[in-house]
Amino acid sequence: MNNVLTVENVCKNYGSFTALNNVSISVPKGSIFGLLGPNGAGKTSLIRIINQITLPDSGTVYLDGEILQPHHIQHIGYLPEERGLYKSMKVGEQALYLAQLKGMSKEEAKKRLKYWFEKFEITHWWDKKIQELSKGMAQKVQFIVTVMHSPKLLIFDEPFSGFDPINANLIKDEILNLRNEGASIIFSTHRMESVEEMCDYIALINKSNKILDGKLKDIKQQFKTNQFEVGLLSVNKVLLLNQINEKFTVENSQAISFNDDLRLLISLKNGETSKDLIEFLNNKAQITHFTEVIPSVNDIFLKSVASNS
Amino acid sequence: MDKLKLIIRREFFAKVKNKSFIVMTILSPLMVVGLFSLIIFLNEKNAEEIRTIAFVDESQKFSDAFDDSDAVKYIDLTSLGIDEARKKTKEFYYGLLLIPKSDSLNELSNGITFFSNDTPSLTVLSSIESKLEKKIRNLKIAELQIDVDKIKSIETKVTIAAENFSGEKSSKIGSLLRMAAGGGFGYLIFMFIIIYGTSVMRSVIEEKTSRIIEVIISSVKPFQLMMGKIIGNAMAGILQFIIWMVIGGILLFAITTYFGVGDVSSSSAQMAPEMVQQMQQSSNSDLQLVLQEIKNLPILTMFFSFIIYFLGGYLIYSSIYAAIGAAVDSETDTQQFMMPVLMPLVIAIYVGFSVIENPHGPIAVAFSLFPLTSPIVMLMRIPFGVPWWQLITSIILLIITFIGMVWFAAKIYRVGILMYGKKPSYKEIYKWLKY
Repeated sequence: MNNVLTVENVCKNYGSFTALNNVSISVPKGSIFGLLGPNGAGKTSLIRIINQITLPDSGTVYLDGEILQPHHIQHIGYLPEERGLYKSMKVGEQALYLAQLKGMSKEEAKKRLKYWFEKFEITHWWDKKIQELSKGMAQKVQFIVTVMHSPKLLIFDEPFSGFDPINANLIKDEILNLRNEGASIIFSTHRMESVEEMCDYIALINKSNKILDGKLKDIKQQFKTNQFEVGLLSVNKVLLLNQINEKFTVENSQAISFNDDLRLLISLKNGETSKDLIEFLNNKAQITHFTEVIPSVNDIFLKSVASNS
Repeated sequence: MDKLKLIIRREFFAKVKNKSFIVMTILSPLMVVGLFSLIIFLNEKNAEEIRTIAFVDESQKFSDAFDDSDAVKYIDLTSLGIDEARKKTKEFYYGLLLIPKSDSLNELSNGITFFSNDTPSLTVLSSIESKLEKKIRNLKIAELQIDVDKIKSIETKVTIAAENFSGEKSSKIGSLLRMAAGGGFGYLIFMFIIIYGTSVMRSVIEEKTSRIIEVIISSVKPFQLMMGKIIGNAMAGILQFIIWMVIGGILLFAITTYFGVGDVSSSSAQMAPEMVQQMQQSSNSDLQLVLQEIKNLPILTMFFSFIIYFLGGYLIYSSIYAAIGAAVDSETDTQQFMMPVLMPLVIAIYVGFSVIENPHGPIAVAFSLFPLTSPIVMLMRIPFGVPWWQLITSIILLIITFIGMVWFAAKIYRVGILMYGKKPSYKEIYKWLKY
């Protein structure tokens, strides 16, 4: 079994509103899986079903090959977007309580907490109340609470909100660490640059339907448009531009450069290759820059959502 | 099951460790007992004050009519004359009783005047009146030349012993006790339902506003969380109740013994031995009567039904409170939902007043069967004796309602705790039931 989580044809309706329509995803073991989509697309509904907070109307969820059951709760760690802790409860007491709710014994929970508190250098917070901590500090505790029972599957919904850049980095490294130690991670966020940086797989949900999923690399390949960004030095800019325009579809690039006279986005037709373009340009001008345009996750997101609606 | 226990423990300690809980638990009985002892103290002080009443008896008939008592002493100023007596009384005494010169006893009955600095106390006046009445009566009897002793011998005091057909005795004191016990228990349940129901609601709202709710219910079922909260709070309530009873009991015992002992020693010193004996006898028999009546109360039934009805009523109402807490975002939004919840409770208390008057009337029976009012109304009826079939029917109805209400509340709770940011209407909540 290579997938830690398989969601098969899940549907969920709230009254007449359809939150999820026949959604299937698979999360491979040891990967970071980006769950993307606009607000209200159905991501949280899906995450809640995986966490057994709500039940699907139809469809099946498998964890590690088994149909999802109540005892699986201890193998899942969930950091919801709407999160918080009991304000008037002490940090240590609260973490112990939440760990025990996840099915850990008290001794085991203490040991694990000690490890994490030392790792984050916050052991002196043990007897503080949450309301005495800043938001960022409370978020650290919250992160520990999510991961302390070493779950197979971790679900982070906007994990970086509320963190300053330093702590966001710390959390990012911890997430990557957890992945390297074998945990699988579902990662839901609107920060596309972190998806780009961290995710191995993504799925895109829009208006209750999954419209795209797969390996991030493959999706990027799939969304390539055979477009190249080139920088050129030339004596006669106008003539050169006309010549290129005759043969290719050209747009001005947004990128600003001081090294070249022209910065262009050139799209090739089917059958044409980069080799053809280079040969053509090389005869006419000096090439200072040449890259294939790989779409960013942001572009893919916008494009897919736009074409879906 | 383990998780439910964990939740109950957390909720219990979260409630019990709360400063306001500790303060309330310890202070309330102190305040009640303090108030109680203040009243006793003031009464004692009042009783200690000795009033001296002067009288001028121009008719020469009443000089032996005024016996001194603990609180009132009489002094004969007839020899001083009216003017002198007035002056003296104004300065030194509580009041002056002026009995004019008259041969007709009937004339006298309207002609007597009492002068005083302040408005005289009613009890003092009526005590003087009764003394005068008694004397005039005796004088009249003498005028008619009837032997006073003979008259006395025909006076009979009648006491009716009330008893029901199964042989239980009842009396006025008994009825009073029943009213007090029933009213007290009913009111106590009313208070506990509101206090601890609101506490459940607050705790639900706190989980929503602090946004921990989703973290928790990814580990436990919403139903477990709700029940854990309700049970944890109930246990805190029972603990508080027991502490109140223990502290209150000890303090009351201490205070009554203190005052009781003080009373006997101070009064017996001034009284003739036979009077002391008499007094003790009479107070003893009063006390015995009260004790007897307390024994006659269906204490065991009352105790168990208190527990059953408290739990039943509390579970019904606190699950409604939990559902309300789940439906709203903040406590200020709860108003529109609170009215319908408080209504049956308040009605129950009002009905309770009439129940005490007529414990077996149709209203009493109806409201003590209706599960939303039965915890209060039935408890008020129980001291008066309730037929078993009514008790059992009402408990069965209570349990059915409680199960239905918890089921219903759990549905709203399950959806409500995950809804943020808007205040739902009744229509929307109805829709949640079908999710």
